[in-house]
Amino acid sequence: MENHKAAAAAVAYRLLNQTKHKSNKILHQRRLIPNSTQLNPSSSTSGFTQHYTSVPLNQFVASYRWDLRKSSLIRTSIHHRKFGSLASTIVQRNPNFSTINHDDLIYFDKILGAKKVIQDPEELQTANTDWMHKYKGSSKLMLQPENTTELSQILEYCNSRRLAVVPQGGNTGLVGGSVPVFDEIIINTRRMNSVISFDQVSGVLVCEAGCILENLISFLDKKGFIMPLDLGAKGSCQIGGNISTNAGGLRLVRYGSLHGTVLGLEVVLANGSVIDMLGTLRKDNTGYDLKHLFIGSEGSLGIITKVSILTPPKLSSVNIAFLACEDYISCQKLLFQAKRRLGEILSAFEFLDSQAMNLVLHHLDGVRNPLPSSIYNFYVLIETTGSNESNDKATLEAFLLHAMENGLVSDGALAQDFSQASSFWHIREGIPEALQKAGAVYKYDLSLPVEKMYDLVEEMRTRLGAAANVVGYGHLGDSNLHLNVSARQYDDAILAQIEPFVYEWTSRHRGSISAEHGLGLMKAEKIYYSKSSETVQLMASVKKLLDPNGILNPYKVIPSSLVS
Amino acid sequence: MKIMVAIKRVVDYAVKIRIKSDKTGVETANVKMSMNPFCEIALEVALRMKESGVASEVIAVSMGPSQCVDTLRTGLAMGADRAIHVDAPSTLYPLTVAKLLKALVQVEKPGLLILGKQAIDDDCNQTGQMVAGLLNWPQGTFASKVVVDKEKKAATVDREVDGGLETLCLDLPAVITTDLRLNQPRYATLPNIMKAKSKPIKKMSLAELNVDLRSDLEVVQVTAPPVRKAGVILSSVDELVDKLKNEAHVI
Repeated sequence: MENHKAAAAAVAYRLLNQTKHKSNKILHQRRLIPNSTQLNPSSSTSGFTQHYTSVPLNQFVASYRWDLRKSSLIRTSIHHRKFGSLASTIVQRNPNFSTINHDDLIYFDKILGAKKVIQDPEELQTANTDWMHKYKGSSKLMLQPENTTELSQILEYCNSRRLAVVPQGGNTGLVGGSVPVFDEIIINTRRMNSVISFDQVSGVLVCEAGCILENLISFLDKKGFIMPLDLGAKGSCQIGGNISTNAGGLRLVRYGSLHGTVLGLEVVLANGSVIDMLGTLRKDNTGYDLKHLFIGSEGSLGIITKVSILTPPKLSSVNIAFLACEDYISCQKLLFQAKRRLGEILSAFEFLDSQAMNLVLHHLDGVRNPLPSSIYNFYVLIETTGSNESNDKATLEAFLLHAMENGLVSDGALAQDFSQASSFWHIREGIPEALQKAGAVYKYDLSLPVEKMYDLVEEMRTRLGAAANVVGYGHLGDSNLHLNVSARQYDDAILAQIEPFVYEWTSRHRGSISAEHGLGLMKAEKIYYSKSSETVQLMASVKKLLDPNGILNPYKVIPSSLVS
Repeated sequence: MKIMVAIKRVVDYAVKIRIKSDKTGVETANVKMSMNPFCEIALEVALRMKESGVASEVIAVSMGPSQCVDTLRTGLAMGADRAIHVDAPSTLYPLTVAKLLKALVQVEKPGLLILGKQAIDDDCNQTGQMVAGLLNWPQGTFASKVVVDKEKKAATVDREVDGGLETLCLDLPAVITTDLRLNQPRYATLPNIMKAKSKPIKKMSLAELNVDLRSDLEVVQVTAPPVRKAGVILSSVDELVDKLKNEAHVI
């Protein structure tokens, strides 16, 4: 008890004595401290000690400064979390960042023109909130540059003025990485949405970062090609964002990750310099391949403006089977067999458990259970893509026959046409939507060894009991589990049972606490669960090199203590 | 009672079709083909009748080149008992198909002949009506509900017509063509797919059925509809009125 009081006092002391804002307009600062704080110290397996503070749902930490000119209090360092998932260090606004003033607005107007400088509260409201409505910033300004030159000028200016920025694409991220934490300027790439060129022979597509993935897919469809990645958010997500987060998706098992398919990038650094690495060559071993630094850096090292990506040809024969398995061991054996017997035509291998299936059948419209005779424990979705329809169908049927004869599969359905195929995909792709409709959801995206993956789901079920519905599904072909805990409302008691247990469990099995979603804000301080401190130190050095003022997407990805 | 279901192999309805460069038809090479959706519905209603005991056997028939066998296998995988493949060239017009179906009916003597209301490649909506005429059988087309009374040897069919629903009572044997809202076809499940491998597909030739292939129709040209022109955003009501008056000539 004493420890708690001392720790609470320490936090309060720290807040009260936060260094003054460098601007000379400050008279005094006032702080609001939440009425009750509980500290749950815990340590990760790498020996890094962290203190977690649970803040009751309706309270927030805020700091104010007195603005001489406006003679009013302006909130400066509030981080208001709307819902749960509050088990993290309280984020404070970095006092080294400036705030926007009138001169800044004049400059942006001059560079971009009034149409691309957004201050309208309604538009800002949308841009400030993430897809899950879990994170909300308080930015007062959004800029929408139309080309690399404009973006470069904006960044150069922001860097000189020490104005923090958030690069934003489709705003479909799930870890709060695409919205401001405080009043960072939102730089939205939606106007940079043209296709620059497409080579019909090699399949190399060069386009701007703001192109929406689904539009690229339609564009390529007419040419007989497909994008190497596909995800549920394709109608809104932009390719720049996909690359910044190294998005995985449903076809990674076949086409590999963006590190392999992206051939070149054009990036703008924090100081405005444009780095042109927009090669279209399949092989180019001249020097360090720096584009890989930016792929997956979540906008914290530079803003991607142009992309050159290798697109696979569209193959005509697509088959999809929806299978039922009795237990998780059968799912694993099925994966093993699929990789061998389907080989090069395997293009997707997804799994979902019965809780996920029930949720989808319950909450989504127009969804039919393909195997209505009974509810099975596990469902597997296998897709094959090849060039020869009859060959592929025969191979798939032979594989399924083998699986049935060996008891790996209890039942299954084979899609006979596109509409049946899309209804199978609708079941798998609709799980996140069904979870949103079911109420509160705690989302975890983990890479774990295949044999151990479902053990975590079962352990979570035991821990939470009747308090919540634990749902497991994901890209079994990539050893990627999407663990979701669904409850009627957000509740700190449930959260305390989940975190840090999930992260520690993952760390113990040398897994990744974020397989494809990225760290963003949600897991910014949790990187040590999956990376050693030396590695993270090196990352911090790279960040300091490329963004010395730390203006690009601050408070995210790597621990703030290493950056400031 | 035997039920015969006629099914057609068409370009998958989700595929974006393209016209061949010589404008003789739609590009079908390397394009996904599957069973006509209305034929799936027809097969589903026949299978449900078999499950409820009204019918004893469901026979799926298809006419065309050898790839039709794939579609027939799908039909068998859904639950049909056996299939007949009539070997014929790929372009068959409704009257020829109707004559072939008449010949097949005279061989198999089913109590019901069920077809989809139309094929999604030609949208003819003629075959069911023509074969009923040739056989002199009653017909219930655009069926959205079918109830068969085995003892009375009659079928009650709700038809979707422009004004609403029309209910007809047909004496069997009869021809029924199915509409969209009749049912939702089942998926082909693995056990049935495996069983389908051993179900017989009988091959018949045109000569056996004694049907003349000569058609009275000839497709002269196939063109795509004109590309929709982009809309124009106007800046004021005056401009709108001016355009309506002077360009569109509607006011």
